[in-house]
Amino acid sequence: MTGLVHTETVRPGLFARLVEIGRAASPTGAEAEPETLYDRHGVLVVRVGDVAVKAHQADRGHGFVERARLAGTLPGILVGPLGPPLDVDGRMVSVYPFGVPVDPRQELPWEDGARLLAALHSATVPADAPSWGRPARVARLVSELGHGPAADEVRRAFATLPTWIRGEAAEPPKENTCLIHGDWHLGQMVCAQDGQWRLIDIEDLGRGDPAWDLARPAALYSAGVLSPDEWGRFLGAYTEAGGPAVPAGADPWTTLDIPARTLAIQIAATCVKTAGREDRPLDGAEQAMVDACGRISAAGDAA
Amino acid sequence: MHCPKCRGVMRTYTRSGVHIEQCDSCRGIFLDYGELEALSQMEAQYRAAPPPAAAPGWGASPAVHHHHHGHRRPHHGSVFNMLFST
Repeated sequence: MTGLVHTETVRPGLFARLVEIGRAASPTGAEAEPETLYDRHGVLVVRVGDVAVKAHQADRGHGFVERARLAGTLPGILVGPLGPPLDVDGRMVSVYPFGVPVDPRQELPWEDGARLLAALHSATVPADAPSWGRPARVARLVSELGHGPAADEVRRAFATLPTWIRGEAAEPPKENTCLIHGDWHLGQMVCAQDGQWRLIDIEDLGRGDPAWDLARPAALYSAGVLSPDEWGRFLGAYTEAGGPAVPAGADPWTTLDIPARTLAIQIAATCVKTAGREDRPLDGAEQAMVDACGRISAAGDAA
Repeated sequence: MHCPKCRGVMRTYTRSGVHIEQCDSCRGIFLDYGELEALSQMEAQYRAAPPPAAAPGWGASPAVHHHHHGHRRPHHGSVFNMLFST
């Protein structure tokens, strides 16, 4: 028990089914005490001994088999599922070897994350690789915002994004496409039993612009939430490993600017929604994200 | 000491550990033995120093970084969610 995760689930029936699946899949599962690793956003992940069992969001699963096959070809970078996905009451469930998640109380493994991303971005793209698609979360989150000055600030910044990100135009033809994780953050890494870090969560894995995998730390740095020191460690390790998302020896913001703006707006929208739901004012870091939206609007159209 | 060129009064300044004499009248500078080398070395170090962390035009000022994020502060609460979840 790490004490870092939610241990209560509102779906005891689902929990019990995941434990049952885990016990069958894990050699040490019979005596292991099950542990909830993640229970948010309609996703439930339970550890049973040596395996983690994941119940996916109800509407997810499209292209999962192709992505699992792709992950299986990159075992040094990605943790793929141990077998084909299962169906539990209409929900997709998949089983993985357990790995230890990042401990937020320790020094964060920015360099390891950067090197994994650089390796993934440098891998050969198979002809049949699924497409990552477009950054779809931002438009959905902004459309769900309520009223108020912070929500207005986020909406104004969103209006400056290119139309294809706002979902109002077709995607531009892609240049510089690679295999990308598609939803990278520090919760998407585990330390495997061999002591090496791997990327987890293959649901957005596919062919796309690698700059989007750097977008979240770039957005948090630009908003003043992530320290220049941590951002420098991440970007430095990425460029040193030959990652192709930023131009070698030139200004990284030529490629990172729009992904970072997009994620800053997406994170700000999430913050405003969460604070509204909890009926409390924005805290310092959340306000910093909304302030970044104000600067994005002032900077003008990114297109 | 007087200026070897115009006989004006030389004043001593210390910059980064290097003593230089400058004439009050003609502004001429007198360097002691090794001081030109010391200044050249400092200039080379200055030029080789990495540029400050670049940011996009809409990026937060360094003061904002300092305000929101002390060094080695553990990540918790809203910052934890921003770093660790979708």
